[in-house]
Parts: sequence; structure tokens; C-alpha cells
Amino acid sequence: MIIGLVVNPVAGLGGPVALKGSDGAETQARALALGSVPRAATRAAATLTALHARRPELRVRTVAGPMGEDSAIAAGVPYEIRHRPPPVTGAADTRSAVAALGGVDLLLFAGGDGTARDVLDAGPTGAVLGVPAGVKVYSGCFAISPFAAGTIAAGFDGTTLDAEVVDLDEDAYRAGRVGARLYGTLRVPAARARLSGRKTGSSSAAPGSVESIARAVVAAMLPGTAYALGPGATTLAVGRELGLELSPLGVDVVRDGALLASDVTEQTLLTLAMSQVTHAILSVLGGQGFVLGRGNQQFSPRVLDRLAGITVLATQQKLAALGGRPLLVDSGDAATDAALSGTVRVVTGHRESVVYRIQSASEDL
Amino acid sequence: MSSHGEAFASLPVAPKPALRRFHQARWDEQIVFELSRPGRRGIGVPAPDAPLVELPAGVGRSTPPALPELSQNQVVRHYLRLSQETLGADLNIDVGQGTCTMKYSPKVNDTFVRDPRIAELHPLQPEDSVQGVLEIYWRLEQILKEISGMARVSLQPGAGSAAIYANLSMIRAYHAARGEAGQRDQVITTMFSHPSNAACAKVAGYEVITLLPDADGYPDLDALRAAVGPRTAALLITNPEDTGIFNPRIREFVELVHAAGGLACYDQANANGILGITRARDAGFDLCHFNLHKTFSTPHACGGPAAGACGVSEALVPFLPGPLVDREGESYTLNSPTGSVGKIRPFLGVTPNVVRAYAWVMALGAEGLREVAETAVLNNNYLMHKVLRIPGASVPWADKRRVEQVRYSWQELAEETGVHSEEIGIRAADFGVHYWTSHHPYVVPEPFTLEPTESYSREDLDEYAAILAQVAAEARENPEFVRNAPYNQTVHRIDATSLDDPAQWSPTWRAYCRKHRQ
Repeated sequence: MIIGLVVNPVAGLGGPVALKGSDGAETQARALALGSVPRAATRAAATLTALHARRPELRVRTVAGPMGEDSAIAAGVPYEIRHRPPPVTGAADTRSAVAALGGVDLLLFAGGDGTARDVLDAGPTGAVLGVPAGVKVYSGCFAISPFAAGTIAAGFDGTTLDAEVVDLDEDAYRAGRVGARLYGTLRVPAARARLSGRKTGSSSAAPGSVESIARAVVAAMLPGTAYALGPGATTLAVGRELGLELSPLGVDVVRDGALLASDVTEQTLLTLAMSQVTHAILSVLGGQGFVLGRGNQQFSPRVLDRLAGITVLATQQKLAALGGRPLLVDSGDAATDAALSGTVRVVTGHRESVVYRIQSASEDL
Repeated sequence: MSSHGEAFASLPVAPKPALRRFHQARWDEQIVFELSRPGRRGIGVPAPDAPLVELPAGVGRSTPPALPELSQNQVVRHYLRLSQETLGADLNIDVGQGTCTMKYSPKVNDTFVRDPRIAELHPLQPEDSVQGVLEIYWRLEQILKEISGMARVSLQPGAGSAAIYANLSMIRAYHAARGEAGQRDQVITTMFSHPSNAACAKVAGYEVITLLPDADGYPDLDALRAAVGPRTAALLITNPEDTGIFNPRIREFVELVHAAGGLACYDQANANGILGITRARDAGFDLCHFNLHKTFSTPHACGGPAAGACGVSEALVPFLPGPLVDREGESYTLNSPTGSVGKIRPFLGVTPNVVRAYAWVMALGAEGLREVAETAVLNNNYLMHKVLRIPGASVPWADKRRVEQVRYSWQELAEETGVHSEEIGIRAADFGVHYWTSHHPYVVPEPFTLEPTESYSREDLDEYAAILAQVAAEARENPEFVRNAPYNQTVHRIDATSLDDPAQWSPTWRAYCRKHRQ
């Protein structure tokens, strides 16, 4: 079996610095200037490590430098270079790289929704699987974690299914509007339990539940405690209950009913958590079950270490729609993810909760 | 053979259709009050043979009651016509009622209820004049004690939510008596237990913690371990759950709650398939209730005269709703336990249904009760076998055995055709069968829940499955045809918004006149 690997080195740069994405050279430069550190290559290396542990005989066909070679070296995987991109890469280089790798049985790519669109545009001939390294990762063609991508690749027997690639206007997204549409489909290995699934919105059939959750959260808020509200429609309802207009897709901090800071970066959040009692309020990513690591990278491992507590919110319908799959955390740090694993009390309404399993996305399902 | 017979035999006949032809009758029937004409009488009331009694001033009405005035045959025709305008329980195969358990209520039992010795009782009669009825209460309680394993059973509460609320009231009283009412403010339930459990717990002031199913479809035991603690008042659980799956580890659930100091309460809304086979107390439960309308063949509730039976262990007897019937020698007396939570319904509760349930149990005997459960399970699994052969039908957690009901899914059919479960149900009504659309919580996509009970024959189940197969085939061939159903009903579609609008609905004639005839 021939495995291909293409890494979008700048994927995920925007997350911790509250840019909500990494599309465009200007955004990437801004993210780097704000202190963001590239992480796609590291996540691709984790995938190759998991793959190599199970299939040591496999050789990877990849791209020179940070678009794949660096990850192969880090994982200690034998590889061959089929493409040499320029020093500064962009979306066109992802497309060229996919074309240059030729007919591989399974193409692994590390990135986010934008990378998935570029891969689709390049017209891959075999199966494709995304290694989640972007800020949001709404498309269904990604494994739930880099580790899961490695185990899927190792067990791939040629059976595939269609997975959706979502087109998201990042500028609109930064302005608080989620305008996702179906961009196309990719053939991915048929390993439904380890695939992230397409992101789904809060159920419109149960708006009352969201309002009920918001009332419960506000009623439980303690004076003098700072609450960092993650992105999502459910946390937005908490803002409405407080009479505050929150940034729909960013992290906002409230204290004593007032907005303390809006659309904060990981660094701001860390500074805040170090100086005062701070509690995180996070919602569940519908359809996927992620609580941490998708669209809320501001809650980094070092921030999580400083928090006084975490409250998780979801409607019962959203939890039930997971079909028994656990909630997931993907903070980027194995020890942090392990500490958060077990069961969690999810607030589902006023004086209503569900006890639900939560685990590291890197833990085998 | 007569010449008439020979002539008939030679007449051409239409070929028998594969499925029964059905068309709902339409009568444009008026409301009974609109049929009223002054002076009409159905019966001549005989003169009283007892001396008239002077009533206290203020007791009598100032104006006569505004009852409709009709002849007897007008009344008979009116109600027969109304019955033809609905998919009444006596007319159709109503296995699609799902978790509502529509089993056959023997007509003979109604003769007992119509007997003047029952029908003409007054709730304020002295005890010594109602000894026969009290004996029926006492005897039915003994039978239900044996069926549940509990120490005592109160027949006073209503069924369903009223019984669950009675259980919660006892749970609160029990903890209060131990000085823990303030501390124990959480009730744990499961996603597929009857939703009334969570709703009643909220109404009773408890915080509700819900357990979702694990990957196998059972309530998540690890989640229960994380949920129980010093704040746990009780676990409220249905088993089998509304999926039809029986949880074989139920004793572990009960023991975990007991270890935390909480009580375990068994909602036996789905007891039809375990009657005479398992007992609530044997699994360690402290409280349980039966809905007599679901399990003991009395009329269904739906706002009507339902009766519940709340059974408790020895420790909870002092808190039972009263009155209870005690036997003292050869006589029966009404008593309320010392710490009773009081009355959940007026007087003795719903006496006619207690009488019907007693008649049903006595007609069957112990072996008959077990046979009911076995037949219900057999019927259910036979029907499941037939339904799952219909392309597009599926069932979550397919490898789990079911008891007396199954929550199925039309998801595959809906994805393929765009026809939804509710639309399939409406089209199924064109064949004269019932298909209910309440499957709370709506977490199984495109759900439909079937419960054949022990009442239906193999031919009935074959007919029902064939109708579903026909509608599924129609959905594939012509989705719009199914979407535009019904075709054989008295009205095309009901404007459902009126059901949720107090300004439009009229539960009484007086309300109708006030809202719509001014």
C-alpha cells in the first residue's frame, strides 16, 4: 500500500490568537506576529508515528520540507520525496503537491477545511483522509485526531465512503457569520467511528432547551468569578441571557454580568486565568462531540491548567445525536487530555444535566 | 341448493384486494348539544319510591342543568356515527400506538362496572355499605403485591404521571423523615425511560440528571457511577425502556443507588412483557407502579379515568397515599398510613378501573398472566422480524433482543425518498390502522414505535406489516402520493396549530359557545 502525505504548514495558526482560521498570507503573517506557533507538521508526525507503530514496513510518499518531509523525519518513518515546493507556500502548492504525489492508495493531508477544499480541487484518484490541524475542522473527511488518522491508515483495506467537504467563508466567519455550504465529497476510509463527522448546528426544534441552558448557567454564576465563554450558539444564548452581545465565534470573558474582555487570544486568557478565578464555559460541537480543540484553541493546555473549573453545555438532542460516541478533547497535550477524560456533567437545561463520557480524541475508540 | 343460491354463485365478483379496503365514514355529525330539541326524552324516569328529602337552602341549582334533550335512538346513532369517523380502538389494528400499550379490554368487564352496585356508589357512602367494593380493592392489592413483590400497594393514585408524582412524593417524605430532604435534591433517570419521570421530578422540585444509552443501547452504568452521591434522592427508571430493550444489569443500578443512600423507583409502564416473569422487589426496587390501563387491560388515560397502582417496600409503607383498605376479620376498613403523603386523587381513586383490572386478573389466573407476557413478547418479535424485512426500516442496536415493543427507524427510507415517518403514519391510516407519532424523546431518527401486546393474532400482525410494506413501496414509487395522504379519511389534514392554541380549542360545549358562537 502506498501512503501519501501532504501537510499545510500554516494550518491552525490562527486559532490560539483568535483569528478563527488561517486562510490567506496576511492572516498567517498576523498569526505568526501575534506569537502563534505552527503545529500542523507536529500533528502529521503524530499520525505517522501511530501508522508506523502498526505498519513499520510502509514507506511514505511526500513533499520536501514542512509540507511532509519534516513530519516523516520526526516520526522516524521511511519516505520518498516527490515534490519540492517553494520556501513560502500557499493553497496552490497543496494542489500541486497532491498532483505530484501521483496515484497513492491513501492520501493523508494535514490541515483544516481550506486544505480539504484544495485537496478536493486537485482531484485525488485514491482514498483521502484528513489529519485535523486546522482551527475549526467542520468537514467530515477528517479523522477525529492525528492518532485516529494513523490507526485508520494502518487498517485501511480499500473500503471507502463519501465524506463531505465544507466550504466556509472565513471573512464572514470572523465577522460572526457561519455560512457553511457543501463544497464536494471525498472518498475516505470506511471507519465511521474514527471519523469526525460533519459539524451540525444546534437543533432548531429545541430552541427552548438552549434558553433553558443559558438560564441555568447564569443562575450558577458566582460573584467575582470570571467566566470564559467559548464559541457557539449555546454560549451565545448565555450572553443573551446576560444582556450582552458576545462574539459568536470567539472567546469572551464575563464577570459579575459585565463583559470583561471580548474575542480574547490564548495569551490574554492565560494572563487572566493567572490573575483571578476563571471558569470556562464550553459547548459541544454538534455532530462531532468535540469540547476542546475545534474552534477554541485559545483554551490551550497551559490555560486549562489554570482554570478553576469547566462547565460543558449541550442540548439532550445534540448528545443523543452522537449515537453513543463519547465527547472528545484534543487540546494538543496528551496529559491534559487524559486528565479531562472520564465522565462529565453536561448542563442540558435549568436544573437538568446529563452525565456523559468524555475522552481524549487520541485515545482509541 | 335453492335457485337463489345458484344465481348468486354464478354472479361475477371483484377480485379480493391484497390489502383490506377501507374508507372512513363521513357524517358531518353535529355536536350532541346541537342535536338537542326541547322536550325530547330518551327515557321516562320513574317516580321515586323513597320519600323526598328537603335539601338545605343553597344546595339546589338556581337553573336546571343544560343537558341535551334527545330520543334514545338519536343518542345511539350519534355515538355510532362518531365512532365511524375515527380509527377507534375496536375498529383498527392499533399496534402503532407504541409505548401506550393498547391491549384489548374485555367487554365483559364493563358489565361489572355498569352493575348498579358499582355504578351507583357514592364516594361518601359509609364503609359498612361498600364492603364488597373494599373487598375488591383489598384482593387486587394482594394480587399486585404478589406480582411486584412489594409490601403494600396503593390503588388511590391516577396512572402515568400521577403515579410517578405519587412515588416522588413518597421519596421526598421518606428522606424528610430521615432529615435528608434538603440534602437529597437530585433524581437520576435515563433517556429512554418514560419522559414523565424527568418531567414529574422537575415539577416535584428535583434537579434531574439523565443517563444516555451506551454503545450497546443500555443506560450507561459508568455514567450512573459518576452521577450518584449524597445528593441522590432516587433513580427513576423504566425497564424495558421505550426502545424495547430490557436492561439485564438492573440490579447493579439499584445497588449503586442504594449504596449512595438513594431510593430506586421502577416505572413499570412497560410491564406488559414481564408480567409474572420478573418482580420489581426481587431486583431490589423500593417503589414501583403499574398503569392499570397499560398492563391490566383497563381503558387508556389520555386525560380520562386512568388508575395507577403504587407498590412500596416495608420501609415506605408509612408514606403511601391513602386511603388503603385493611382487612379486619371479615370486614374491610379504610385507613391512611401515619405519614401518608395524602390523596393523589379524590376519594378511592378510579373504582371502575380497579374493578375491571380485578376482573381481568381473576379471569386469567397466575398462569394466564405469565402467558400474557410471553405472548406479547412473541408477538413483538414476530412483528419485528416482519418489519425489518421491509427495505428502509431499521432498528437501533439491532443485535439487542426486545421485550414487548420496539422503537424502529425509517431513516433509510427517508434519506432515499424524502418521505418522513409521520407521513407514513398518515398514509397507513388510509388502510384503517393506527400509527402513533409520539416517540419522545425524538432521538431515534424518523422513529416509529410498535407494540402488538398479546391481543393481536398472527393474521393481524401480518396485515399490519403488509400495510407498512405497501406504504414504504409507495414512498419509493411515488413519494408525493404518500406525502399528500390521506385519501380515505373524513378530513384531509387537521390544522394542528389549533391544538396548541387555547384561544381555539374548546374542551366543553360551554367553552365552544363562548369562543365561537357569540
